Amino acid sequence: MAKKKTIRTIPQQRTKAREQPPQERVRNFSEVTQVYRSEDAAVEADRCLMCPDEPCIRGCPVGIDIPAFIARITQKDLRGAYDVIAETNLLPAVCGRVCPQESQCEGVCTVGESLEPVAIGRLERYVGDAAIANGWVNIPYIEPSGFRIGIVGSGPAGMACAADMAKAGCEVTVFEAFHQPGGVLRYGIPDFRLPNDVIDAEIANLRKIGVRFECNTLVGRLFTIEQMVDELGFHAVFIGTGAGYPSMLGIPGDSLNGVLSANELLTRCNLMRAKDFPSYDTPMPLGKRVAVIGAGNTAMDAMRVCLRLGAEKVYCVYRRSRKEAPARIEEVHHAEEEGVEFHWLTAPLAVLDDGKGGVRGMRCIKMELGEPDASGRRRPMPVAGSEFDFETDQIVYAIGTNANPIIGQTSRLKLNKRGYIATDANLATSIAGVYAGGDIVTGAATVIEAMGAGRKAAASMKVYLGIRDPAQAEQSARIFGIDARERNFVRVRA
Amino acid sequence: MLEKQASMHSDSLSQFEIVRREDFSDVTYLLEVRHRLMAKAARPGQFVIVMAHEHGERIPLTIADYDRAKGTITLVIQAVGKTTREMQQSCKVGTALYGMVGPMGIPSVTSHAKKVICVGGGLGVAPIFPQAKAFKENGAYVIGVLGFRTKSLVFWEDKFRACCDEFFVCTDDGSAGLKGMVTEGIRAALAKHADIDELVAIGPPVMMKGCADATRERKIRTLVSLNPIMVDGTGMCGGCRVKIGDEVKFACVDGPDFDGHKVDFDDLMSRLRRYKDEERAALERWSASCRLMNQEPVAPLAAS
Repeated sequence: MAKKKTIRTIPQQRTKAREQPPQERVRNFSEVTQVYRSEDAAVEADRCLMCPDEPCIRGCPVGIDIPAFIARITQKDLRGAYDVIAETNLLPAVCGRVCPQESQCEGVCTVGESLEPVAIGRLERYVGDAAIANGWVNIPYIEPSGFRIGIVGSGPAGMACAADMAKAGCEVTVFEAFHQPGGVLRYGIPDFRLPNDVIDAEIANLRKIGVRFECNTLVGRLFTIEQMVDELGFHAVFIGTGAGYPSMLGIPGDSLNGVLSANELLTRCNLMRAKDFPSYDTPMPLGKRVAVIGAGNTAMDAMRVCLRLGAEKVYCVYRRSRKEAPARIEEVHHAEEEGVEFHWLTAPLAVLDDGKGGVRGMRCIKMELGEPDASGRRRPMPVAGSEFDFETDQIVYAIGTNANPIIGQTSRLKLNKRGYIATDANLATSIAGVYAGGDIVTGAATVIEAMGAGRKAAASMKVYLGIRDPAQAEQSARIFGIDARERNFVRVRA
Repeated sequence: MLEKQASMHSDSLSQFEIVRREDFSDVTYLLEVRHRLMAKAARPGQFVIVMAHEHGERIPLTIADYDRAKGTITLVIQAVGKTTREMQQSCKVGTALYGMVGPMGIPSVTSHAKKVICVGGGLGVAPIFPQAKAFKENGAYVIGVLGFRTKSLVFWEDKFRACCDEFFVCTDDGSAGLKGMVTEGIRAALAKHADIDELVAIGPPVMMKGCADATRERKIRTLVSLNPIMVDGTGMCGGCRVKIGDEVKFACVDGPDFDGHKVDFDDLMSRLRRYKDEERAALERWSASCRLMNQEPVAPLAAS
């Protein structure tokens, strides 16, 4: 038995992941952050104290047994580590890359109280990539339950729900409107953060456990949610269509040709491969100086895509300060390294046209921070008389999205005031057997939160369908020390 | 190859198989694609997004007709750009599209107007047909007005005559019917009838603008079907945003039908020119490669 680890005996420095140098990577779409080598992973895994409180597990939206998988890495049992993760998370290679770990597992890590927290995300990715490279997939014995489940949207929420329902023995079909499955993982997140092979591998794993994907299918218009239940024979339906509908600023010049949403830019570039135009038919011509409005993760992705597409100058324009920026710190940092010029506390007032339908610049105003608003962030207030003109020939709006209207237009489902689908705490909608989760319920959030919602909806669906989870049945068999199957209710009263 | 690619990503409700093709002229062709579910769901005024091959772009096409019994969707396509010309060469009976998704957009509502003018021009001739038919079935007096460049491009005249009470063909060069734009036909109809309740127009933006201008004075309800540049067609990219009065709408999910008197057509036409240079470059590159392969492109380049 080795000596007990303490905060002083573990490696003090967080193990760095190798990165492509900024000057080089702005010219390619290959991944920026490289996966840990096995020696890196061993050192980093050794930094975990195996503390008894395990705060990281509670910090994880899907509750991965993090100390257990890290322990397997230290024992050089990579397959074992994968098995641990695969119990709760079917997409370790995706989550290891795109989860905001600093505000989840790593944010509550005990080591993080005195040193930098254990790089849980990088370790998860190390395991996930190994699983893809070795073709590991855990196909459990699945007893068919005879239920058919329809899932609308093949993004992270839909994939997570599909996996759980397939494992519960259901016949699962996932419907996707685009020609390739993956949802936001495919069209939204660029290759240099999440390569397509990783998405393909994760989808292939879902297929191996029996999930069917139907692409080119626009649910709501091709058939409605009600028809899925009434005519197409689905016993339960999950809606995970995402938020979608991009917001525009509503300032003069919004509709000029040089103005587009980050969604359009990213979809053209990622899904439609505009970066390979003309080998692929979809174009994405870019201005020389691009201003991206907003400072969330989508904004960072858009800026970094613009740099790679050959923009000479990319600006980030955000009305609050760096502290309030919703993007992950790592993303802001990466964008900065690659040469994005940040203009904090700056709000656009109007887009200026060049007289030919394009953009010549943008009129902006300086802001200062006032009292905190409803979101807890300090409210930006315009500084009188500080207007100035900004030279740019392309403007990308990355200022959030609204609810996609299609499901609302075509079904009786109750929506909330903002147009998102209304659900109860178990993610059940107003139609029996129909569940919803992810951005279409909460508004724009993260990949892992959507996956958490997909799994939660799956749990509710199982209750609704009466599918019992053998593991849980054992736990709940005794209530107040009484065997529930005994049905001797007199004893309860006494 | 195509099928293999399709099955890689999709377990397939439809193979998007082309079951019929008809060529109306050297630029206009009809494709009938098998898709049982879509034939059941489609309504007049809706559109589909088509991908010809794996590297293709997503192009919106208005549904020209659907056959519920046969389970097919009919598209009428004008070969104007790289994709549509390439499809003109490659889409033969027995081959398949890479993808076709829809029906998209809010279906047109066939009102109970008593006297209607249905206007179709260019690529809008085919999709106006189901609307004219629907109005006729609702008991309206239907006046059909179709616009073509020249006589040799005219098609479906018989189909329209069968469901219209009055029918005008207009050609730019006067080689058939009235000489001039569809507005000539509209003017003739407006002069003859004082009680027209509604006008429905599908065609190039400049034509729809002309229609809206022609009816503005008499305050005749005018519906136009907009066809801006789209990527996804599901409200996700905002590329198809159009100005309707003071509002910004997405044609794919809020339309494609809008009140013609409120549409900012100049904005629409300017936005349609967004990728003009890239479109021309793609077409030229493709034509050059066709020549290399000793296959002359079907239509002359000058058309665009």
